[in-house]
Amino acid sequence: MAIGSTTSAALKPVRTRHVDLAAIGARDALLDRLFKGAFATAAWLVLIVLIAVAVSMLWGGRQAFSTFGWSFLISSDWDAVQQKFGALVPIYGTLVTALIAMLIAVPVSFGIALFLTEVAPNWMRGPVAAAIELLAGIPSIIYGMWGLFVFVPFMAAYVIPFLNAHLGNLYILGPLFSGPPLGIGMLTAGIVLAIMVIPFISSVMRDVFLTVPSRLKESAYALGSTTWEVAWDVVLPYTRTAVIGGVFLGLGRALGETMAVTFVLGNAHQLTASLLMPGNSIAATLANEFTEADSELYRSSLIALAFLLFVVTFIVLAIAKWMLMRLAKKQGS
Amino acid sequence: MTDSQAALQLAAAPTPTSAPAREAKLRARNLDFFYGDYRALKSINIDVSERKVTAIIGPSGCGKSTLLRIFNRIYSIYPKLRAEGEVLLDGENVLDPRYPLNRLRSKIGMVFQKPVPFPMSIYDNIAYGIKHYEKLSRSEMDARVEHALGQAALWNEVKDKLKQSALSLSGGQQQRLCIARAIALKPEVILFDEPTSALDPIATGKIEQLVEELKDEYTIAIVTHNMQQASRISDYTAFMYLGELIEFGDTAAIFENPKQKMTEDYITGRYG
Amino acid sequence: MATMEQLYFRRRIRNALALALSLIATVFGLFWLVWILWTALSNGLAAINGALFTQMTPPPGSDGGLLNAFFGSLVMSGLALLIGAPIGIAAGTYLAEYARKHVIGETIRFVNDILLSAPSIVLGLFVYTIVVRTMGHFSGLAGALALALIVIPVVVRTTDEMLQLVPSAMREAALSLGVPQWKMTLQVLYRAALPGIVTGILLALARISGETAPLLFTALNNQYWSTDLSQPLASVPVVIFQYAMSPYDSWHALAWAGAFMVTLFVLLLSLFSRAVLLRKRIAND
Repeated sequence: MAIGSTTSAALKPVRTRHVDLAAIGARDALLDRLFKGAFATAAWLVLIVLIAVAVSMLWGGRQAFSTFGWSFLISSDWDAVQQKFGALVPIYGTLVTALIAMLIAVPVSFGIALFLTEVAPNWMRGPVAAAIELLAGIPSIIYGMWGLFVFVPFMAAYVIPFLNAHLGNLYILGPLFSGPPLGIGMLTAGIVLAIMVIPFISSVMRDVFLTVPSRLKESAYALGSTTWEVAWDVVLPYTRTAVIGGVFLGLGRALGETMAVTFVLGNAHQLTASLLMPGNSIAATLANEFTEADSELYRSSLIALAFLLFVVTFIVLAIAKWMLMRLAKKQGS
Repeated sequence: MTDSQAALQLAAAPTPTSAPAREAKLRARNLDFFYGDYRALKSINIDVSERKVTAIIGPSGCGKSTLLRIFNRIYSIYPKLRAEGEVLLDGENVLDPRYPLNRLRSKIGMVFQKPVPFPMSIYDNIAYGIKHYEKLSRSEMDARVEHALGQAALWNEVKDKLKQSALSLSGGQQQRLCIARAIALKPEVILFDEPTSALDPIATGKIEQLVEELKDEYTIAIVTHNMQQASRISDYTAFMYLGELIEFGDTAAIFENPKQKMTEDYITGRYG
Repeated sequence: MATMEQLYFRRRIRNALALALSLIATVFGLFWLVWILWTALSNGLAAINGALFTQMTPPPGSDGGLLNAFFGSLVMSGLALLIGAPIGIAAGTYLAEYARKHVIGETIRFVNDILLSAPSIVLGLFVYTIVVRTMGHFSGLAGALALALIVIPVVVRTTDEMLQLVPSAMREAALSLGVPQWKMTLQVLYRAALPGIVTGILLALARISGETAPLLFTALNNQYWSTDLSQPLASVPVVIFQYAMSPYDSWHALAWAGAFMVTLFVLLLSLFSRAVLLRKRIAND
């Protein structure tokens, strides 16, 4: 007995069709074009927004650029009364805090990624990785508040006196680590930034490490390599560009971060060698001063700062993305 | 087929084609296919007879799936793919850009290698295609769904859970659902692209039985890597190798008395 | 032989040292994060009371709540999703379905990934120059627009990725029925990718609910109850910023309460969106 033959015998299909295929086809062709157009418009919007941001910042900052010229980049003036503005202090603060953050975050993130991919027992990898990814989502303002109310007093009470005592007298590095125990300052901001980008960079690095084909690692293990040797001689060379991409992605975040820095940097327009003194970053200057800017030139100078920040982060992020793409291409081929 | 047509075909076709006796529903004429610059099919001529099962066999990479995917122009959704020559459905060239795609696809249904139920209920999987073409009342639609599921030998297994997700079905059931989905549009031709390669032997047996039953109403072309399957269910068999049609004829003749050395080698398992 | 053994011993020592360091790095990283979470939790819980949800933000020195800030955040986040999610889904669809491996598609994908990490304060400033300056004053609408600019890249990215995960056999199966591409996209692909797209929207919501910088120059702040989107509007993050930077203890307490609520919301949202994705993964197996 054939399966289903009873039903098919009972209901002979009717071949007559009262369907206007041409009308349906014409309507669908129209709708296909409309939807494609709508989707494409939305996609172009993404591109347009990026260009519009750059152009509007450049336009908004034109007064500052034309008034001060190139000296805007190298002047440390920031005087609302005399209408003299220079970007050097915020640029310096942005770069120094981001650099401190990277110096701490990169090795720690590498350690975490190594731990999560090669070292930790299997049952532990998933939950710890998930926890770190969750923490990457905590709003930066929480980091800032913690920095201001908890970490700054801690720095003032313990860390800065220690640094003053032990590193403050060093021949060249000494000036970096001597200063009053204010708590706020560039070192504190850099550390808070580091804590903020660690979950981010370690997540990217972990994802990147997971792309290493297991046959590569297994053959290295089979030759008697230790875990560390596999990580250093196999995993890292295989993923080098993508790891650097992940670091640059973190750097991009650190450069543009506003809230975590604003709370603990001190909003001081001064150029000092000491990392323990208050300073300023581009983002923090904007957050603190933009709504109070009372002249066109002042406001234009702030927008010019934003333009510089946007250009720098764009370049850093573009490098990051490019390096990450190279690993993806290697995966694909 | 008239004598003059047959003569023309023999003259035009360099490949050894023994034309099946019955009326051809679907014909490929000097069909070439290109992936970019690579010529994947070389001047294929083949007739798919009405209400018969035509099997296409050959080693992987021989172009058998490619050939099937030209018949309903599904290849055209990917860039850089190009077919040249003619595919005639009831005498009309479906490769002509003027041939309406929805007409083609409503006349030629397709079942794929892996069952791909849509992420919706069993009922909606069947009704989905119908709704695109026809506005039916609730009871008419119910009847159509039941009929399609019945023809696909699935009705008795799913009639109490039509509202459940199609993803809850077993692999064999999912494949029969996909067959029902194709049948629901009342096509004239059904293309099967290795429909059992992802299924266990029992589910495979059910699909094979179903294909044999369906040929009473539908013209069927089936691509398979399984020679036993081809010999069990097909009336005609085509053997392809490296983009060329090597031999085409009665299934019994191909399997028992192949004319080409290559066909014989393949069937006896010497390669492929 | 002695040197071989020595070498082997040194390799093992170095290995043990490196692995220990990686463990220490993990503990070090988690230590700060736990500390921060603990601070937000303990300070926040201590500051939470009924007034938080029933009273407006107070002037210095007096008690109050965050009702208007909660409301403002809710309205602006909701509006940002309403604006940003459809645009993001549409753009992501274009990248995955129409422009895969096209130069334009690759360019937009590249640009989108950069916008994803672009400094949010610059996006806020952009909306300021475009909207606030044109309208002449700060407004909740401008705030929602700035947040929408953050929503879009997140949703584009997830929609693009999730649609690319839908097997091409699904597209072929739908198209082989003669269904046109727009219908297949809307009715089959979106359904298949739904959990992923929802996750993307939830992640975007998590991201904007703590964003402060883009609101500073757009929505500004409002001490009073306001439902007018064309006027300055309070939001939890901006109130936290203002109150935390102030010298008043009662304001600090409110800032902690706000910080606690935001953190809790974001963490729950992330957990929930993970659960959505996980369910999808199980359904696929």
